[in-house]
Formats: sequence, C-alpha cells, structure tokens
Amino acid sequence: MNLFTLLRLALRVISRNKARAMLTVLGIVIGVAAVIAMVALGAGAQQNIAKQIASLGSNLIIIIPGTTNIAGVRGGGGSSTTVDVDDIDALRREVKSITHLAPANRQQVQIVAGDANWGTTVQGTTPAFYVVRDWRTDVGTEHSELDEAAHNKVCVLGKTVAAQLFGTDDPIDQWVRIKKVPFRVIGVLSSKGQSPMGQDQDDTVVIPFSVFRQRLAGTQRDQIQVAYAAALDADSSQAAVDEMTAVLRQRHHLRESADDDFSIRNLADMAAASREVADSMTLLLGSIAGVSLLVGGIGIMNTMLVSVTERTREIGIRLAVGAKSRDILVQFLVEAVVLSAFGGAIGVFVGWLVARLLNDATGWVTIFDPSVAALAFLVSGAVGVFFGFWPARRAAQLDPIDALRYE
Amino acid sequence: MSQVPVIDAENLQKVYGAGGTPVVALDHVTLQVHQGEFVAVVGASGSGKSTFMNLIGLLDRPTGGALRLDGVDVAKLTPNQRAAVRNRKVGFVFQGFNLLRRTSALENVELPLLYAGVSAHERAEAAKRALTQVGLGERMGHMPNELSGGQQQRVAIARALVNQPALLLADEPTGNLDSTTTREILKLFVDLNVNHGITVVIVTHENDVAAVSRRVVQFKDGRVVMDGPPPAEWTPAVPAPWHAASTTPASEVA
Repeated sequence: MNLFTLLRLALRVISRNKARAMLTVLGIVIGVAAVIAMVALGAGAQQNIAKQIASLGSNLIIIIPGTTNIAGVRGGGGSSTTVDVDDIDALRREVKSITHLAPANRQQVQIVAGDANWGTTVQGTTPAFYVVRDWRTDVGTEHSELDEAAHNKVCVLGKTVAAQLFGTDDPIDQWVRIKKVPFRVIGVLSSKGQSPMGQDQDDTVVIPFSVFRQRLAGTQRDQIQVAYAAALDADSSQAAVDEMTAVLRQRHHLRESADDDFSIRNLADMAAASREVADSMTLLLGSIAGVSLLVGGIGIMNTMLVSVTERTREIGIRLAVGAKSRDILVQFLVEAVVLSAFGGAIGVFVGWLVARLLNDATGWVTIFDPSVAALAFLVSGAVGVFFGFWPARRAAQLDPIDALRYE
Repeated sequence: MSQVPVIDAENLQKVYGAGGTPVVALDHVTLQVHQGEFVAVVGASGSGKSTFMNLIGLLDRPTGGALRLDGVDVAKLTPNQRAAVRNRKVGFVFQGFNLLRRTSALENVELPLLYAGVSAHERAEAAKRALTQVGLGERMGHMPNELSGGQQQRVAIARALVNQPALLLADEPTGNLDSTTTREILKLFVDLNVNHGITVVIVTHENDVAAVSRRVVQFKDGRVVMDGPPPAEWTPAVPAPWHAASTTPASEVA
C-alpha cells in the first residue's frame, strides 16, 4: 500500500470517532502548546535581557570603587573613596586592552530652565563616555575634549529631561541652571530606555568631567564614583579586567592576601549569567512540556490498543485476503502517527495563540520561532511512532484464524 | 488427472489445546483435489470440516502431516509467502461474509488488490469487473449494511475472485441465506467452475447444497468417512452440467 492510501485510510478511521480522537490527542495538544508557548516566552525574555545589556554599550567594563556591593556604591555618594582620578590616568596609560575609559561622577540635582524644573541625575564625564556607552546624541553635539580643557559650561540632556524641561521645543542653545550655574544645552542624547535594573536611563544630564569636579564635586573632587571602559573586543574584555585589576591593586598597595578594594564588572559575564538563568528556565519549562508530551503519548498508546482490540475482526479479514503482517503494522502505525501529528498541529496553533495572548494581556515579549514549531510537530510525530509501535505490533502479530473468530 | 493436484493433504493433523486435554480436530486426513473439481465437504459440526478449510486456506497451521498447494509444501513458506498465497492463489468465502464495515462494496473487493500492490486505477477496474461478474454492477458504492445478505455474499465472492485465484474455498457460504438466495449463490459457483475453470471447495451441512457438487467428502470426528459422488437420494438445489451425465440424475429422483 502506498503512503497516500495509508493516510486516506487512517484519516477515515480517525474521522469515524472524532470525539475519541480529540480526547486522545488532547495530551499531545497540551504538551506541544506548552512547549511552543514556553519557548516563545523564554526567547522573548532572552531578547529583552540581550537588548538591555546591549543598551549599556558593547564590550563595556564597569569599574566601581569600594567593595563589591554595587547598590552600596550607588547609594553611598561619598562613602567609597578608593578610586581617584590618578588611578584613572594610570589605567588609561597602562592598560593596553581597553580603547576608551570614562570616569563618571553623578549627583542628584534640581535642574531649572526658565520656569520649568526637574529633579534628575547629573553625570560629569569625559567625551569617551559617549563611545564607551555607545550613547550618541540625536540632536546637537556631544561635548569635546576642548570643552573639558576650557571648563566650558555646556550640557547634553537625556531624552526624559529634555522633554520635561522643553516639551516639544528645540532645547539646543537654550540655557539651564544646575546648582545656580548656567549651562548651555549643546545636544540631546538618543533614547536608551530602561537599564537592566529597571531605571530610566534617559533621565540624566551629562556635563564635562572638569566642570563637574570644579562646580559640583565639592571636597570630593578627586574621587571617582564609577568609570566605564571599553575593551578592544569581546574576546579581550576578560584580559582587560585582569590588567586593570593588577594596575589598581599595585597602586593601592594591596597584599597578595587582601581583597580588592574596588570591583570591576565585565558586561559579557553579566550577559552570560542572565542568559544562563533564562536558559535554565527554558529548560525547566521545556521538561514540564516534555512530560506532558509523554503523558499524551501514553494516551495515544491506550487508544490504539483499544482500537486494535475493537478491530480484531477487521485485522483478521485483512490477513485472510493477503495482508502481510508488515501491512497491518504500518497501517496502525500510520494511524497513530496521524493522530499524534494532528495533535501536534493543533498544539502548535494553540501554543502560538497562547504566546500571542500572553503578549497582549501582560506585555511580556514572546517570540514565536517557526523552527521550534516545526521541531515540536516532528517530535509529536515521533511520539506517535514510539507509542504507536507496540499496539501496531500487537495487531500485526495476530493470527488470521484467531482474529477472524474474535467476537 | 495426472497433473499436480491443487490440494494435496497427506496425514494432515490438527490438535487443539497443547496444555490440558488435547482435542483432535483433524485426524490424519489424506485428500487430493484436482484442477477444475467441484467438491462439497460435509459433516456434522465439530467434524473437522471447517478446520480442514482453514488449513488449506492457510488461515491456520496444521500440527502434523503435510499440505501441498499446487505442489508447494506450505510448511516451508515464510509468513509473507503464506500471505501471498492467501492473496493470489486462494479465494476464501465465509459464512458470515466478513466484509469490512463502513467500507463500500467496491473498496471491499479492492482489498486483496491493495495488498497485491496493484495501482488504484487498475484496482477499481478489476473490482468493477468482479462485481459485475457476480451481478452487483449496480450497487458498487453501497456499504455492506445497505445490502441484503445475498448481496453481501456476492460482494464477498467478488472479493475472493478479484485476484483470479485458481482455488475458491467457501465455508458454509449459504448458511446465513434463504433458499432463493442460496440458489443464486450456488448458480454463481457452478458458473465459476464450469465457465472459468475455478476449482471450488464448499463446506456445507445441507444435503441439497452438497448435491450440487460432483464430489462429496464427508468428515466425522476429524476423519474422512466418505469420498465420492453425491448420494442419489440428495436433491441438488440448482442444476449443474454434470448432473445430466450422471447415471441416475438427481432431478429424476426428486
């Protein structure tokens, strides 16, 4: 019998008992739908993480003074004092595997423009900042080394700040006041969106590092709150971390046994860690889905066993008119595969639908991957082969006369 | 009759129940049927006549003795070869018709061709020919449950004939049919035997059915107790060409 005949026969038999077929494939439907939805959700989460990490800048390395507590440093303001401007100069001189290095000190300020005002974070940093963070201006220009040298009171606004102070007006060449010091707006940064920690990165104002030291830093003018470095490329970022660690330890006269009094974070590692979390979630959810596929397969096996018993006479008739046992095996196997592939197809559709509804209802990003759908469909077919084999073999091993006499 | 017999059973034996008390269904049966014969196998129920039919139809396996079909020792056949013999050499007609439910008459008749690997087009052509031959050309699309018993049995006969076997085995083919339908079916068998040269072996417990045949083999307790022309006192249900040639035509006795 050719495949077409077999498929037609299988479809006819299945369509005779639609309710049973639907109930039988329900397990497969749920299993496949779960796989599709979970993978879509996992892929969406991963894309989110990747996007957020990319928003920080490629090959980014973050140097933070104090111990390893990031949150402590951020909130502390003046408490961590271990990295200073001389350290930054030394790093710039001695570490070959970084291309740029930008110290960034920040302060919570009230910024005033005409009769509008807005509380935001001002960052004093060098022009390298724009490169390292891969954060360029949409409108106007970035501040230059000339501005640094001349202590020019210019500023570049984040998108949020520009919108709060100037609305839809053009802010370029307008004046704002930070701590009573007038600054000329020379540019507006492009939008970065949320940081991986959920902060609005666009709620900031960038001013030259030299001006920050002079006008805002007060007594802590030599200290560095955070510095951003860009490695040559992704492969050299670990080497850069090691080199910088060595330089800083030497400058800080740390003994062999002492802990670092600073911390250097490699974004590639952070990305890997986040990806690992997302991967293990996907794996976990995927195995739950796998279990339901297994249960679905057992459902198919059960139905096929019942079907073989019910149709013993039919098998006997087929054997009597010359069917080989292989013909019977293939017939029932095709039936099982058609059943489970049918369930798989419905499952793919339901999974796609669930992913979309989740997206609409919760705003979670879901990514429907056709190759995953194809794989899930193939696996459901394989489930049919695997769980259909035993019932089909039982059918094929029937003796013609016993099968014919079966009541 | 010097050719190789169509059926050549030698000390054929079938014993059921290997575990407890064995039941001997067939006890050293030796029998030959030649090309073109019309044989009736008779006997009480449990005499072993159906067992014998199942053995020569390769639906069942003997526990002893030898069976040759067209000179081929069936004990030496692989399961696939046995299936091929069932498919091509033997047509089997059952008392209970054994048609596939919810499957049209045409598709039922096509079934042996399906397993013979015949293309869809040729299958349909051959099945239509066979159905026309048994007088059911008009009802090919009907399901078995839409047909009368006699029509269902015709479908079953068409199915048995569609692969043009040399041997037609019928196990109580008229057992479920009324006398009018019985006569129609028997006429069909006579026609197949006389005009198409098909060897017919028919199991029955009705004397008038057996009397249609040229040769009656009677089974009792698993043995052949009689083998010869039908007894003169049996009235054939339908006439056959050989009745006229007989010294005491059955019709005259009636």
